[in-house]
Amino acid sequence: MNKRSFLERFALVPHAVWSILFIVAPLIFIIYFAFTDRNGNFTFANVTSLSNYANIFGLSVAFALIATVICLLVGYPLAFFISRLKPSKQKIMILLLMLPMWISLLIRTYSLMTLLDNGGLLNSLLNAVGFRNVQIVGTAGAVILGMVYDFLPYMVLPIYTSMSKLDIRYFEAAEDLGCNGWKTLRRVVLPLTVPGIISGITMVFVPSISTFYISQKLGGGSFDLIGDTIERQFMNKSYNVGAAISLVMMILILISVAVMNKFADDDKGGQLIV
Amino acid sequence: MEETKINENKKKMEQTKIIDLKNISKSYGGDPVLKNINLYIRDKEFVTLLGPSGCGKTTTLRIIGGFEQPDEGDVYFLSERINDVPPYKRSVNTVFQRYALFPHLNVYENVAFGLRVAKVKNDEISKRVKETLALVNLKGFEKRAVTTLSGGQQQRVAIARALVNNPKVLLLDEPLAALDLKLRKDMQNELKALHERTGITFIYVTHDQEEALSMSDTIVVMADGRIQQIGTPTDIYNEPKNAFVADFIGESNILDGVMIDDYRAKFAGVEFKCLDSGFDKNEPVDIVVRPEDVDIVPAEKGMLKGTVTGVTFKGVHWEIIVDIKGFKWMIQTTDYCAPDSVIGVYIEPDAIHVMKKSEYSGMFGDYSSYSEEFDELSVADPEAEEQTGEKDTEAADE
Repeated sequence: MNKRSFLERFALVPHAVWSILFIVAPLIFIIYFAFTDRNGNFTFANVTSLSNYANIFGLSVAFALIATVICLLVGYPLAFFISRLKPSKQKIMILLLMLPMWISLLIRTYSLMTLLDNGGLLNSLLNAVGFRNVQIVGTAGAVILGMVYDFLPYMVLPIYTSMSKLDIRYFEAAEDLGCNGWKTLRRVVLPLTVPGIISGITMVFVPSISTFYISQKLGGGSFDLIGDTIERQFMNKSYNVGAAISLVMMILILISVAVMNKFADDDKGGQLIV
Repeated sequence: MEETKINENKKKMEQTKIIDLKNISKSYGGDPVLKNINLYIRDKEFVTLLGPSGCGKTTTLRIIGGFEQPDEGDVYFLSERINDVPPYKRSVNTVFQRYALFPHLNVYENVAFGLRVAKVKNDEISKRVKETLALVNLKGFEKRAVTTLSGGQQQRVAIARALVNNPKVLLLDEPLAALDLKLRKDMQNELKALHERTGITFIYVTHDQEEALSMSDTIVVMADGRIQQIGTPTDIYNEPKNAFVADFIGESNILDGVMIDDYRAKFAGVEFKCLDSGFDKNEPVDIVVRPEDVDIVPAEKGMLKGTVTGVTFKGVHWEIIVDIKGFKWMIQTTDYCAPDSVIGVYIEPDAIHVMKKSEYSGMFGDYSSYSEEFDELSVADPEAEEQTGEKDTEAADE
């Protein structure tokens, strides 16, 4: 018994070392930098200066929200479609869905940029059939497109998971009690997949709000989002303000995740990954 | 005058065919599950589809409910062809095997579900849900989460959820299979009472012959995708049509015999008087003698003579196995017989039932492998039953 619990404790050691070095310590640094000035004196100045960044916060939230809503509108029907296929076909579809996730996010975003760019594939094609160039890179649409493109699988997977757990008999019972397809979806499928939806929203919203690469590449530098701002602060060695922005963003994310988890009941199928 | 008219109308109503299945065939991936089923169900009747797993009873029920389409044949509801009518437009409701209650809704909302979909007014919903919950003895459970209920309570919610919609026909798919024996008996009585009180046509699927005998107005015995016999419980028990029915319903000694002439049957090497006629002279037949219809007499007075090879105490009676000319008979008797003793048996003419030869002839032998067979027959524990039930649905799902 003792021996076993020793083994169990030992199993935790590698990860504990890892988290202390790369999660806990950096967090402490962030908190430290957020509340000190360049000379290391305690101050609230960094945090109070954040009101200057309100626009950036607003824009980031707006972009992330739009991307999340689009992901939900595209991802939910897709997850529903996949979950109603034969099991063998479901596996293939899920594999196809996850395939892009095997490639680095940076590479994916970069290739999307080259596709959409002025000299890119899309515009070359348009030119070839006699249309003029369309300026896509640098627009808000391109940034949101990039977010949806990069994060859509994170919406589909948890929703698919909670849908595939639904007993076929719930569908039959609903139909038996007078529901056509739409009513079954609204009265049974939707409420029973709320946990999956919450999970999906969280998993798309959080990376969307903190991304900097997508807005830089596809936004062509026209949009300053939180992620970009943080990056710039650190590049300019303005650690204190950068840390303060990071801290506030982290707290905002934590609060929104907590609020969303309130809506999800664990025992109703689906699972929360966050 | 007026009263006789009403009575006549009532009689007519009861003669109405509410469901009529004509030449229904269905196969899954080339495997025939239903082979040319013809069956009608009268209004207000309690009909049981009875048979072993894979006999097609669940598929038949699902075709009536609209969850499966027959490959061939027509389904009529009050003379209207409903093959292409989806389940949500049929005035039929189902109590599913393992209930399929909606886990996101409480008891009240589960029962109210069908009424809400039908956009019934709130106060009407509240009235009907309360009435129906009272009907199934679940008063006061309105606010409970369905996941916190016991199997029997969930069963009642499932019944209430279907009944509240006032369906013309209620389909019940092995509703008691997951309950333990005691609860099952109680629910049998309750279901029967519910049927009488509501006047709704019940179509009930089970593999439990005792359940079928005690609840039904009409039993439809099915095997291998075919209807073997349709009749009242007493008909089915006393006049089984073939060896399959005789073996599946109750215990039977099924012997190979010959009909020498009307009212004269020969089996076990001896000629017996019987009440059956209408067979060809010397036509080979199957003979059924129920274990409780065999009288034990002293060896020298018996029509047949044999050695007792097994004795089991069953409470109400003894079940003894007697070897008569190599065929092991089962006899139920209130008199104890010692193992290895030689006894005589006496069989009254009305205890002998003669059946035409069928594809099932010879498939059900004697009770020589009795102990094994007994294990197989006594599916008293609910888990074993659930498994057979599952097999049945799996076949249906494919």
